[in-house]
Amino acid sequence: MEKKLMKGNEAFAAAAISAGCRYYFGYPITPQNEVPEYMSRELRNVGGHFIQAESELASISFIYGAAAAGARCMTSSSSIGIALMQEGLGSCVVCELPCVIINVMRAGPGIGAIQPAQADYTQVVKSGMNGDAHCIVYAPTSIQEAVNMIYHAFDVADEYRNPVIICVDGMIGQMMEPVIIPESRAVIEEKDIEKTKPWALCGHRNRRDRNKINSVFLNQYELEDRIMNRLLPKFEKAKKELPEWESRNLEGAEAVFVAYGSTARIAIEAMELLEKEGIKVGIIRPKTLWPFPDAAFDEIDSKTTKVVISVELSLGQMLEDIRLALEGRYPTALINRVGGILLSPVEVAERTKAVLGGMK
Amino acid sequence: MKPVFEYTQGMRDKETHYCPGCSHGVAHRLIMEVLVERGELGKAIGVSPVGCSITAHQYLNVDMIESPHGRAPAVAAGIKRVHPKAQVFTYQGDGDLASIGGNEILHSAERGEKICTFFINNAIYGMTGGQMAPTTLIGQKATTCPYGRDLDNYGLPMKMAEIVSCMDLAVYVERVALNTPANIRKAKQAINRAFEVQKLGLGYAFVEILSACPTNWGLQPAKAMEWVTRNMIPYFPLGQLCCPEEVK
Amino acid sequence: MSGKKAIFIAGFGGQGVLLIGQMLSYAALFDDKEVTWMPAYGPEMRGGTANCTVVISDTAISSPLVTECDVLIAMNGASLAKFEDMLVPGGELFVNTGLCPEPPKRKDINIHYVDCTNIAEEKLGNTKVANMVMLGAVNQITKITTLETMFKVFEYTLKGPKAKLIPLNMRAMEAWSE
Repeated sequence: MEKKLMKGNEAFAAAAISAGCRYYFGYPITPQNEVPEYMSRELRNVGGHFIQAESELASISFIYGAAAAGARCMTSSSSIGIALMQEGLGSCVVCELPCVIINVMRAGPGIGAIQPAQADYTQVVKSGMNGDAHCIVYAPTSIQEAVNMIYHAFDVADEYRNPVIICVDGMIGQMMEPVIIPESRAVIEEKDIEKTKPWALCGHRNRRDRNKINSVFLNQYELEDRIMNRLLPKFEKAKKELPEWESRNLEGAEAVFVAYGSTARIAIEAMELLEKEGIKVGIIRPKTLWPFPDAAFDEIDSKTTKVVISVELSLGQMLEDIRLALEGRYPTALINRVGGILLSPVEVAERTKAVLGGMK
Repeated sequence: MKPVFEYTQGMRDKETHYCPGCSHGVAHRLIMEVLVERGELGKAIGVSPVGCSITAHQYLNVDMIESPHGRAPAVAAGIKRVHPKAQVFTYQGDGDLASIGGNEILHSAERGEKICTFFINNAIYGMTGGQMAPTTLIGQKATTCPYGRDLDNYGLPMKMAEIVSCMDLAVYVERVALNTPANIRKAKQAINRAFEVQKLGLGYAFVEILSACPTNWGLQPAKAMEWVTRNMIPYFPLGQLCCPEEVK
Repeated sequence: MSGKKAIFIAGFGGQGVLLIGQMLSYAALFDDKEVTWMPAYGPEMRGGTANCTVVISDTAISSPLVTECDVLIAMNGASLAKFEDMLVPGGELFVNTGLCPEPPKRKDINIHYVDCTNIAEEKLGNTKVANMVMLGAVNQITKITTLETMFKVFEYTLKGPKAKLIPLNMRAMEAWSE
């Protein structure tokens, strides 16, 4: 396949089309507008459908409908737009409807700033949805990784019958990098949906009982049954099978960074700066945020590591999960910026030295 | 013996949870009868609202999905894009459609979504226990306007059929009522025209159905029907607001 | 070019600041290098400030954003004043003389004056390629890429009716001399 120079947002859209997504519904919001723009331009060329919805509430409802009808579908938005989608997202989870959502994060709370941030961690990982709901969350660090994850996400969504969120930030959405878009997959035709997704709404054609997609039960034991016997086993399976991470330089490391997405790139460069000064730092980069890769933390070198440092663009939202995974084994620290301000490798390196200095 | 009236195959064999005198049962049955008579039961997909009829899928013998509050037209439009030949309809109450879902209904009409909407207007919130709706009449009492709806605070009840009919691609808009046998027959014809409009791909079809909610109005069922006649119909006039030649 | 180079390009909207960066990025792609292009994005009005960072490297690039750069292209005076300090000592500064009335302050860098708009007008008869004159100057000094690669870049980016502009753009690459 040809390596192309592409803007992150455009590459995300291209990857979705390659993965067989033919339905995109979205509402403009910076910094992800190139996703709907690309979709509006390209989907019709492959027989797909693009609708600019009247709001994020409508976008996720279109998704809920199209997913229920058995189609591979996607929406994208940014932070506050994702906040608006939470009700519909929860409906997709409880009704077990597969779909993919791209969140190109910006700073908040409220309208906030359009610059990159990672302060949606809690919103997407712990979920802003009511009820016991989880979305599967991937956090790519480069455009190529994002493309690969989006391509894969449609399969994961179908396998788990659950929404999958790809969580990036404005930096990865707006930058350009060389990227290879994977080969186009065969698309499931409308007439084959009832075979591949027997639960989907296609009309019963007087051949079977009617399908219903619901989350309201007049008997609440049925809802408990849905949660305990359908959702919970799936969430447990996801926790076993889906966690992914990358780790580097853990052996002999004095400190270990934990960073995801764009911030991991900054942290890796800080790690190299520190190495030049004789300070050995390792890094754990979660590729899935939910399920969180708890097992990654067993790889830390207990003989040398003094501290585990969360490097993130929030007030330490991921740090809570790191502490849960560490179960008190190591002290923790936080190196962060908020409000749309990015960390620089030099700043991370300097603040790491301060953390280590404070521990002596 | 020859049966003169049968349980329609469009309804599942299940007793409804609706109160005595509620119009939902009649509206459900009319929609299902139309689909059976049109031979389209098997290609229909329904979207139920938040409100008393949220679990309409218990009763209607068609593929169905519950919608988040007010979003039924967007959900239906998503379904219709995937199954363009299906008969996709939303079934919505006045709180769902006119209040929280005002935006979705207008934009679906504006886009000329090839779906049908059946709008059950009973001028009150049923499921939550009789609160004021956007269609509650001036002076009508509800649990959140115990002294009667007043003009100063809440303005006038929303005439949704008229509002929707302003959208040029809402090609078929009619208001009907379920208060008398004659009107019920007219309602059935309207429902049939709405599905015909969808089948022909002419545009968006919207049928407002004036209905009774005896429980939350505090009236006996028969009195509730009279209340529709006396109070609702004068403010919400019956009739077609627009109708394409093809289905007249 | 070998190793890693960070190029920072700044000016105002409409000068082709982002395009200079993209052309450099395409060249790096065709030269089989790693590259990142990162624009500053914001609610800027048309004609407001514009800048982007290009990092080109033989090995994987971590951060696409830099606090210091090896090459700075200042397309106007405000950008020169604002970003001059980002250059590493010994770095290459390219000044669009037509729009930078104040000279640079730094003494520990290599300064190249490029009157790109005038050159584009007088030598090429088209001010629209002023940004490519600047890119040509940068390439002559830094040897980031080759003219052969630039030809491929123009072939890739100028297709259809725009293909006739390729010779003009190639001439722009060589229009400046120190």
